[in-house]
Amino acid sequence: MNTLMLSRIQFGLTISFHYLFPPLSIGIAMLMVVMEGLYLKTGNKIYEQMARFWTRIFALTFGIGVATGIVMEFEFGTNWANYSRFVGDIFGSPLASEGIFAFFLESGFLAILLFGWDRVKPKMHFFSTLMVSLGSIFSAVWINVANSWMQTPAGFKLLVKNDGGIHTLVFPPDANFGRFHPLLSHGQVIKAQITSFWQVVLNPSTLDRLLHVILGAEMAGAFLVISISAWYLLKNRHLELAQRSLKIGLVAACIGSVAQLLSGDLNARMIAKYQPAKLAAFEGIYKAHAPAALSIMGWTNSKAQTVEGIKLHDMLSWLLYFNPKHAVVGLDQFKRSDWPPVNPVFQSYHLMVGIGMGLILVSVLGVFFWWRGSLNRQRWLLWIFVFSVAGPELANEFGWFSAEVGRQPWIVYGILKTSQGVSPHLPAGQVLASIIMFGAVYLMLGALFIYLLNRKIQHGPDDTEGIKLPKESPLPTHARMDA
Amino acid sequence: MALQIVWFILIGVLFAGYAILDGFDLGVGMLHLFVRDDHDRRLLLNSIGPVWDGNEVWLVTGGGALFAAFSAVYATLFSGLYLVFMLLLLGLIFRGISIEFRSKEPMVWWRKTWDIAFFAGSLVVSFLLGAFVGNLARGLPLGPDGSFIGSFWSLLNPYAMLVGITTVSLFMMHGSIYLVMKTEGEFHDRIRGWVNNCIIFFIICAVTTTMATLLYFPRLTMPFREYPILFLVPLLLMLAIANVPREISRRKDFSAFISSCAAMVMLLAVLSIGLFPNLVYASNDPSRSLTVYNASSSHHTLVIMLVIALIGMPVVVAYTAAIYWIFRDKVRLDSHSY
Repeated sequence: MNTLMLSRIQFGLTISFHYLFPPLSIGIAMLMVVMEGLYLKTGNKIYEQMARFWTRIFALTFGIGVATGIVMEFEFGTNWANYSRFVGDIFGSPLASEGIFAFFLESGFLAILLFGWDRVKPKMHFFSTLMVSLGSIFSAVWINVANSWMQTPAGFKLLVKNDGGIHTLVFPPDANFGRFHPLLSHGQVIKAQITSFWQVVLNPSTLDRLLHVILGAEMAGAFLVISISAWYLLKNRHLELAQRSLKIGLVAACIGSVAQLLSGDLNARMIAKYQPAKLAAFEGIYKAHAPAALSIMGWTNSKAQTVEGIKLHDMLSWLLYFNPKHAVVGLDQFKRSDWPPVNPVFQSYHLMVGIGMGLILVSVLGVFFWWRGSLNRQRWLLWIFVFSVAGPELANEFGWFSAEVGRQPWIVYGILKTSQGVSPHLPAGQVLASIIMFGAVYLMLGALFIYLLNRKIQHGPDDTEGIKLPKESPLPTHARMDA
Repeated sequence: MALQIVWFILIGVLFAGYAILDGFDLGVGMLHLFVRDDHDRRLLLNSIGPVWDGNEVWLVTGGGALFAAFSAVYATLFSGLYLVFMLLLLGLIFRGISIEFRSKEPMVWWRKTWDIAFFAGSLVVSFLLGAFVGNLARGLPLGPDGSFIGSFWSLLNPYAMLVGITTVSLFMMHGSIYLVMKTEGEFHDRIRGWVNNCIIFFIICAVTTTMATLLYFPRLTMPFREYPILFLVPLLLMLAIANVPREISRRKDFSAFISSCAAMVMLLAVLSIGLFPNLVYASNDPSRSLTVYNASSSHHTLVIMLVIALIGMPVVVAYTAAIYWIFRDKVRLDSHSY
């Protein structure tokens, strides 16, 4: 395998493992703000106990998020040097801003959040929780700005060199994305240069995608709270904490999953407009259709250019354009070499949508039985709750997968191919070595995370966790460096 | 002043911030195994417990700022020194998770394993950062497109190793001074004895590195010859280092720590002056060097980034200082400790 393929595998591996954790942190932090806010408002000690307990769960997800996140900051340079040279003028600013406005804020106030319970007044502690939550949301904002620019680049010009010298190409924000500009095909792109910071930040997909990511994170946090609380209820432990946490989680999950459906709709229409080849792959539209059908599930066949499965006639045209007669762009309008891999994108997209629908059902059922006052007796539903956290986690992963693989073969949509972005002199053997290293370390981290999370759940909300000393001091106490 | 020079200085400030702050975390990590008692090891861990995470952000932000302001340098260094950075990341991952995981279980084997991981992670990170700086001072062979064209093994040259060891000694000194500030009682007195050993270790390394640099890379001294006023910087560096043992013997631990910080800033200043205007000196063909002028982002981006930094960094410094103030007293173990 070559450096390009190995670098793609490594980026995919490191980002998908990393992305298991930040959404949980962002989501739990939002609920911690609610719980601690309730404590300040009501003075009820149970809310303080809840805030403290969920903070400890948060600390674990945050810690692994930080450890795996630092890899991402440097991987653009290590494996995608030409990409970095090409987009540095634009792409570096959001990454630096993420450090300045997000990482400093969350890791700074994390000190007070975790270690400051008895050092600062409750209001100051609440403020710190709020800052950590804001910081985690800001990190989503800036990384989403950077990624959205790769999807729908705007606010820049291109320096292109060909026989006639160096040309400047200015792209309007609604350029026909996904097809090479004629000048690009016989000239060498040197680099992209910023023309408008705000057009970069608020590029056509930023806001729609940001809402989708934040809601995905909110759901991950909500369902983690639901999952652990339901387990306590089933096991008859920490009932008051579990009961109240479950209700807060359910409200958040219900709002989040219904809002996510609307946000998904916004995204689909945005993608149809700006990344038509990606949308065609989402739905397996090989030939432009009027009207186009919506697949519920299916299997695409790129040779025969067909999709076998369950379809709703006219539905896609109706959803995208509110007009059942409107045509949907098909892959046939793109060169074969500019197609993303259709079936993987189709499957991950449909899995995301399917899981999202399931989560709406689960959270609405929960709210319904709560309203009827019989939630605690529905043990079957509580058991579904226990496993429900896998839902948003998987949906977040599948969503990213369809967004990123659906962007292929482009690294910057319509402008630079992934194959042009890889580090030019990097030996494949070194990348293979680092993949093996990350694979081993992340496997261990994953196992440790599950083990320690389980320990924290088993231990429950008592405040004495983690300070048990070994029964007898097992190590000699006389070492002296100055002896 | 040209914006490129402003950003050269600002990147230097970010990395100096990283060295000063995470330097003592890494130093504490490397001293960790010299303490044997579990309670004392936990004191070490918790002395940096609330702050190490924020300190690491200086590195992340420095990397991001380098990407934004000098993307060609970011691309060349990180892809060229690929395995160095992969090992550095490995070290940072292990350093971080061992702080968090170590005290979660009471088993002896568990704690011993994470103790070793904490020590090794801190050592690897410190050494590699130093070796990286050593290679940067030495220069790298660059292709016509500005890419690194040397081999991984060429990076393991004696000079880079020497700077690596010097960095280890510098962080150990810095960490030991920090620990003296944060501890009390018998443990404090014991650590006070370490500081002098660490200072001696550092001075031996620093003198050797200085001699090697003067002998083998006189290029780095040219700016000082051209502008003799710049000699004030190495002079201040010497005074700062000399002041550390003085303050320690006067039991002014905080002043000793400030002196150590000043020494680090001066060290980076000496390096930056020696390199300027190069960011990456091409050892095979100096005309291929990446300089602040040919590797910088557009004027527009540098202005935007300056505005972002001027809005963001004063706020960051303010709340970071406030948080250090809240955790200013001597470290004690309580129910929230690692």
